[in-house]
Amino acid sequence: MPKTLFDKIWDAHVVETLPDGTALLYIDLHLTHEVTTPQAFDGLRAAGRGIRRPEATLGVIDHNIATDASRYTGIVDPESALQVATLERNAVEFGMPLIPLLDERQGIVHVIGPELGRSLPGMTIVCGDSHTSTHGAMGALAFGIGTSEVEHVLATQTLLQRPAKNMRVQVDGNLAFGCSGKDIVLAVIGKIGTAGGTGHVIEYAGDAIRALDMAGRMTVCNMTIEGGARAGMVAPDQTTFDYIARTPGAPKGANWESALAWWRTLPSDEGAIFDKIVTLAANEIAPQVTWGTSPEDVLPITGIVPNPEDAPNETRRAQLQRMVEYMGLQPGQRLQDLPVDVVFIGSCTNSRIEDIRAAAAIAKGRHVADGVRAMVVPGSGLVKLQAEREGLDSILREAGFEWREPGCSMCLGMNPDKLKPGQRSASTSNRNFEGRQGPGGRTHLLSPAMAAAAALAGHLADVRDYQPKEALS
Amino acid sequence: MRAFTTLTAIAAPLPLANVDTDKIIPARFLKSISRAGFGKHLFANARFNEDGSENPDFVLNKEPYRKAKILIAFENFGCGSSREHAPWALLDFGIRCVIAPDFADIFNNNCFKNGVLPVRLPREVCEQLIEDAQLGGNARITVDLERQVVIRPNGEEHHFPVDTLRKHLMLNGLDDIGQTMQHAARIDDYEAKQKASQPWLVQA
Ligand code: SF4
Repeated sequence: MPKTLFDKIWDAHVVETLPDGTALLYIDLHLTHEVTTPQAFDGLRAAGRGIRRPEATLGVIDHNIATDASRYTGIVDPESALQVATLERNAVEFGMPLIPLLDERQGIVHVIGPELGRSLPGMTIVCGDSHTSTHGAMGALAFGIGTSEVEHVLATQTLLQRPAKNMRVQVDGNLAFGCSGKDIVLAVIGKIGTAGGTGHVIEYAGDAIRALDMAGRMTVCNMTIEGGARAGMVAPDQTTFDYIARTPGAPKGANWESALAWWRTLPSDEGAIFDKIVTLAANEIAPQVTWGTSPEDVLPITGIVPNPEDAPNETRRAQLQRMVEYMGLQPGQRLQDLPVDVVFIGSCTNSRIEDIRAAAAIAKGRHVADGVRAMVVPGSGLVKLQAEREGLDSILREAGFEWREPGCSMCLGMNPDKLKPGQRSASTSNRNFEGRQGPGGRTHLLSPAMAAAAALAGHLADVRDYQPKEALS
Repeated sequence: MRAFTTLTAIAAPLPLANVDTDKIIPARFLKSISRAGFGKHLFANARFNEDGSENPDFVLNKEPYRKAKILIAFENFGCGSSREHAPWALLDFGIRCVIAPDFADIFNNNCFKNGVLPVRLPREVCEQLIEDAQLGGNARITVDLERQVVIRPNGEEHHFPVDTLRKHLMLNGLDDIGQTMQHAARIDDYEAKQKASQPWLVQA
């Protein structure tokens, strides 16, 4: 029977099927960070258990740390410091490999996995973090788990899982100028809704997906969780293999050949059955921006704030009303007129070198508008070094952007980078929930190029009006 | 994990869809390294004003809902971040059961691991239960996991679905790591096979 990419990876990892149909699924790579692990290690300790395969586990510190120079002098917030110290202590006690805080490979867990060549096609990858779906861009089955499951994987290298359903999102045609993977995935979520993928694993297909580089595919898979799906995936192809070949973790010699042979068998077979298929035309996608407090409340930048009175039912009306109020908007207002206080370019959605290049291309030779705080936070130390080698940091600094140290930063209100109540941000991150970037903060999600345009304009802006002035050198 | 068998309790109505885990417990409260104590920050942004005082309009600040053990909401409850702190906060506050038309996948898993029962019932039933809950202290709702029914104050019963394995673990308060450990030999075999066929996966 023809199989999907998901079916193939799933079948290759079932250790045992339990009588009720639950599978004991083998996990190839377990990534960990400081926020969702302390209680898991506590559980192991209490039960006298250890890590079954430390070499298949990798820890990194990303959520709690400052992204300014203060990270070099120690973490100020005592609770954050304790959480980080706890991960460091647990790594030593349980023999888990950990990337030290001040290592040049440190970065956001979902940036470093692929970049170090640890996330590979055909793998099962988990992390106590919903955006683990990012790694699906490699052609892996990657999904987020809770802390109890982290403990389960540490102890057994397996998870109890029920099979997901298959969903295909087919995006054909060419993306227009100014559009990127971010615009694709926002448009997809706008179409299917935040629960549209529940119970499914989404495989992205079509020539618009094939044309994306790995960073673009990671952006798409990253936000798949906002569409409610367990995981997002893109079948591995030459783009994937070329990317992996450049990473330090790439299999070498004969291993590379045999790995490649297996990876090439992974794409979904002709005629494989999908439980649900959604199609989008890439050329109809305009640059997207969210206006509300759920990622599904997204519109083309040319759009206007919806009127709650137009809602199809009372529940939706109340929801829209609440969003309009929270976001400080007026129905009918043009999105392009909304002034922004803060621009955040970063997060595991959009902090890779390609994202920073996209922002720099728009910013080059221009300047951030008065009164706007614009920050660029590279996803990892390696991204930062690469950007600096390319001179992107100077371009951005000259344009008035802050150039910061890697971490989750303003993606979530957990470390010193936070919005103040009432502040409006244009953000390349993945969640616009109430208070996500700090209590009372108002978030508009968009692509790195769109974020750069908003920084220059001082309000949400259409990146298509900001053609690059000069090429990046 | 605490076992869950039957529960008869006050239910708090939260007639909202897409209640995300950032709402249930905002990220700034995720810094504790223990499982306990998150209850005081449950729904912090809605429950407390900026100066830390209680928002009297929020349901869990009203009597009798301060003592609610059941929460009733609408679609896609628990979406967003995978933080298990969300069920920990619910549990620490005293909520043992959430009833909604559907739940986000990871949140659903996390609940079962912590003795919080997510009950899936159709939207119309949730609407009725919300009306019941709005009657306040006299309206007790019963959740019977063994029989898989929710019983309204008027005695009407609604059946809900639940996986057999999960039900078993939940009824008995069992830890699934212990269960999985019984399959250790199969895991050894799997690893040996994988090491031979995909040696590149074993890296330092
Ligand atoms: S960047 Fe944001 S979404 Fe990504 S791992 Fe960090 S906090 Fe989570």
